[in-house]
Order: sequence, then C-alpha cells, then structure tokens
Amino acid sequence: MRSFLKPLLTIAAMAVGMTAVVPMPAWALVELNVNKGNVEPLPIAITDFQGGDALGAQISQIVTADLKRSGLFAPIDKSAFIEKITNPDAAPRFEDWKVINAQALVTGSVSKEADGRIRAQYRLWDTFAGQQMAGEQFFANDANQRRVAHIIADAIYERLTGEKGYFDTRVVFIDESGAKNARKKRLAIMDQDGANVRYLSDGKSIVLTPRFSPNRQEITYMSYESGQPRVYLLQIETGQRELVGNFPGMTFAPRFSPDGQKVIMSLLRDDGNSNIFAMDLRSRSTTRLTNSIAIDTSPSYSPDGSKVVFTSDRGGRAQIYVMGADGSGQTRISFGDGVYSTPVWSPRGDLIAFTKQTGGEFQIGVMKTDGSGERILSSGFQQEGPTWAPNGRVLMFFRDSAGGPKLVSVDLTGRNEQSIPTANFASDPAWSPLLE
Amino acid sequence: MGRIAALTRNPVMIALVAMLAIAGCASKKTPNSAADLGLNGAGAATPGSAQDFTVNIGDRIFFDTDSTSIRADAQTTLSRQAQWLNQYKQYAIVIEGHADERGTREYNLALGARRAAATRDFLVAKGVSASRLKTISYGKERPVAVCDDISCWSQNRRAVTTLSGAGS
Repeated sequence: MRSFLKPLLTIAAMAVGMTAVVPMPAWALVELNVNKGNVEPLPIAITDFQGGDALGAQISQIVTADLKRSGLFAPIDKSAFIEKITNPDAAPRFEDWKVINAQALVTGSVSKEADGRIRAQYRLWDTFAGQQMAGEQFFANDANQRRVAHIIADAIYERLTGEKGYFDTRVVFIDESGAKNARKKRLAIMDQDGANVRYLSDGKSIVLTPRFSPNRQEITYMSYESGQPRVYLLQIETGQRELVGNFPGMTFAPRFSPDGQKVIMSLLRDDGNSNIFAMDLRSRSTTRLTNSIAIDTSPSYSPDGSKVVFTSDRGGRAQIYVMGADGSGQTRISFGDGVYSTPVWSPRGDLIAFTKQTGGEFQIGVMKTDGSGERILSSGFQQEGPTWAPNGRVLMFFRDSAGGPKLVSVDLTGRNEQSIPTANFASDPAWSPLLE
Repeated sequence: MGRIAALTRNPVMIALVAMLAIAGCASKKTPNSAADLGLNGAGAATPGSAQDFTVNIGDRIFFDTDSTSIRADAQTTLSRQAQWLNQYKQYAIVIEGHADERGTREYNLALGARRAAATRDFLVAKGVSASRLKTISYGKERPVAVCDDISCWSQNRRAVTTLSGAGS
C-alpha cells in the first residue's frame, strides 16, 4: 500500500532509436511567454496506446488530461481522427493528421513483460515537418501505471515547450469534512491530478500547513495533537512522526530548506509576538532569524538557500519582507495597496507568489524577488496559500466557496484556472518536487 | 440561524439559545454573556462554578478587525473576569485566542496568539496570578459563527477565557 513512494527502480527510460531525432529548438511548437497575450493551445492528437487491453486507452486518457489541464495543448477529439494507428512504430500518414490540424501526434504501445512489468513506449511526431520528435520507453510495475502515463506526459510537455513538466508529482493537503464550526481535518496526499488519495492522519487533532521535504519522503506540518500547536515531521513511508524542537510555546508555519537539512518556522514569544527560527535537523541547533515586536511568519527559502522571504506586520499591517538566510538585511519588498501574506519563493528563483487582501477580496499573485512587477493571477472572495509546481509555471491554492475550501490551479498567465478534484473539502496544498 | 449555529459549541449557550427560541425574542445584539441578555436572574448557576463564570461574568471578549487591542467593552468584561478569578482561585485558566476567516492561515495563528496574550496581560494587570494562566491560539480554525458576513466575523474575532477544571 505504500509502495508508491519506494524508489522506482522498476521505471527505466531509454530512447527508442530507430528514427533519427531531428534537432530543433525546444520552442518550436509551443512558446511559453507569460507576458504575451493569448497563448493559443497547440492542437495535438493523442492516439490510444496499442495493446495492454484497457490499459492502452487509459494511458492515453491520462496523458490527454495532463496536457489539456496545462492549458498549453488542445487535444483533438478522437472521433476526428482519420488514420487508425495499427503500428505505433511506423511513421504515420502525416497528411491524415495535418488535415485535422494536429500539429503534434502521439502514438504508443503498452505490453506486459514476462516478469510481470509493464512496458510502455511512446513516439511524438511533428506532423507538419513529417518527423519524429521524440521516443522513449518505460518499464513499471502494476502499481505505477498512472505514473508511467504522467512521465510520458512530462516528456511530451518538455519536448514541446522546452520546460520541465510537472505531471509526475504529488500534492499534500488538508482534507476537510464536517460542519464549518466542527471541521475534521486530515493530512492527505494524492497525485497532482487528484488520483491515488491516501490519508496520513486520523482527523482527531487539527492539522495544518503540510510541506514537502525536497527528498519527497518527508513532510513537515503543524498539529494540535499535544494540546499546544506544534511543528512535526512525518516520514510518509513509515508513518513515523517526530516533534521539531522542544519549545515552550506554539511553533507554526514550517518549511524545509532547499537542502532538506533545516526546518524554518515561526515560534511564539511570551509577549504574544512571533519570530522566525531555523532548526538544523541533524544538530538540533536553532538559529533566531528575526527579533521584532511583531508577527513574523510564513518563511520560505529561495531555491539556492541564501535568502528567506516572510510575512511581517512590523510596519503596521502584514507585508512581505526578504532577508538573508542568517537574518541579515531585512527589507520590505511589497508596497501595493493591501495586505500581503503567504509568500512562497518560486523553485526557479525568479518570482515570489503571495496572497493579497484588498478591497474585500483575496488575490493570488506573483512579484519579482525585489517586489517589482506584481501581477494578480486570480481574485476571489476567500482564497489563499499558493504553492508552486516544480517547474515554476503553475500555482495551486485553495478557494473557499459553497461551504468549504477546494483546490484550484492557475498558470502564470492567470488564464488557465483548473479545479483539482477532491472527494471532500481540501485546503493547504503543497506541491512535491518532481518524483524520481 | 447563524447565531444559533454560532453558539452551539458552548453547552451553556445552547441552553440559553433554547430559552431564547422559546421566548421568541432573539436579540439583535451579540450575546456576550447571559448578563447582557438579562437572564442572570434565573439563579441557575452556583456562585463560583464554571457555569457562573460563563453565564454571569462572560467568558469572551471581541476584537476589531486585524486588531489585538482590548476594546472598552472588553475591558469591562475582563475586569469582571479578574474579580471573579481572584475570588475563586481554585481554577487554572486557558485563554483561547481566535481570528476571523478574513486573513491567511498562518498569520491568523499568530494573530490569535497575540490576542490571547493581550487578554492574559490584562488579567495579570488586574491581579490574576500569571502562573494560573496559559494561552493557546486557534487562528481561524475554530469559528463559532459560520456565515460569510461581518456579523459572524465579529463574533469569531475573540478571546475566550476557559476554566480548565478546578486546579490544585
């Protein structure tokens, strides 16, 4: 039942070599430009993978859903297909695909190996150039069927956009059920598309703000289980939990450092204010980074670990500040009209995502790391808590409406909002790094 | 209905709400304590009991949006609380700090903590021994009022003084 996080020794990739891959610029078919107006999604035909009974169609379906949700691709309805692919290794009749305006075509096959593993292979064709663009094959055990499809979708996304994909990833979040004034909250984990949900806590205590370790095997979160709210670590695989530090008061708002060696968090002072501390998980030594008579919280490291962005109300109302990882040079960077919180540094290092409250609305936006270039991606009555996809092009957050929160993703253009299906209400999403 | 839902976490308040419903005279005013509702004449609560504290003194105070200052009405309530707590010294006290939903989760945890601390400090200044007082923040995790407008948010921005059983 926990096999999904074991190292995937069974997945191996190799190029399917027969046709020479013609080198072409990565941006040849899809251009990613967040500042450009409408990005026209690329029409793509994804055929059912041959063989493997229903599995072939299922893989094609997952790849199609992934690419469609990215907003960059417009998968063509299968009923429009003219050529019926019978040999996925042979060149298709490109004319048949050009006629339905499929600029890219995906063919593939899936089969069972003698040892029980699944072998899946795909080929990506540029129909207008009449050439194969990419081809790979993967081996996986039964439990990883969906992962194979996500890995293929990532490969196609990367080949066509020049950016890393983000489909073979997971999300930890808080599953919420019950009435608003008696909400049951459980730690949960799922694939980025909402599949394979697993619960990691029993709902007896309030749990909040889970975040992935860069090694993907561990999360840090906050729980009320001891009475006083405190930060914990949880090994996803073994279920082993441990308290992070032994502080007298509340600890909250935890996140890992990019190297996974530290947890940075807020610690409540006796005077009722909160300051930011980093704790080294090996030596257990703690370093105080802020010492203000204010609320300092929601710290998030830059991907190189040299800086920390955080929320503080030291200037009166909550705003976003940046400091060195040792607490030096604390500088306010948000100056817009409103209250700013939940800053999260992009894994690419170029942007900071945030929640902004202004005019009775909650907005999700991004700004450059010096605070300039603010762009609002989504506005709503109640929404907060962005988390970055590992490629830094998509954000997920939660929006409260119709009685409870649900998860929503939006890309950096702000135009492609997608709801993430969850069985119950869901909040506090945190995106994993790409799986390996 | 929002108000009734708002109070269901507190059994004493449930009883009061039931009484109100029977009387058919739901007050427009935020019920702060039974004293405010003119129901303390019933004499149901034994002096010095937890019920006495909740019903006759008022166990909670309210805050302005994104504020941790103790309002004038809250000072009156807390002064009453301090007097009662100084009279009945057998109780240990936990002050819960809460925020409304119009803030982000982590910031509101900090805000609730600060409200609880401000309440604690006021009680200490009024002579309640600091050693009897603990605080906890629930941020916006435990709303008592669940509508999506100002009438509910104002009830959720609160600090609740709870008696954690007769202490030593």
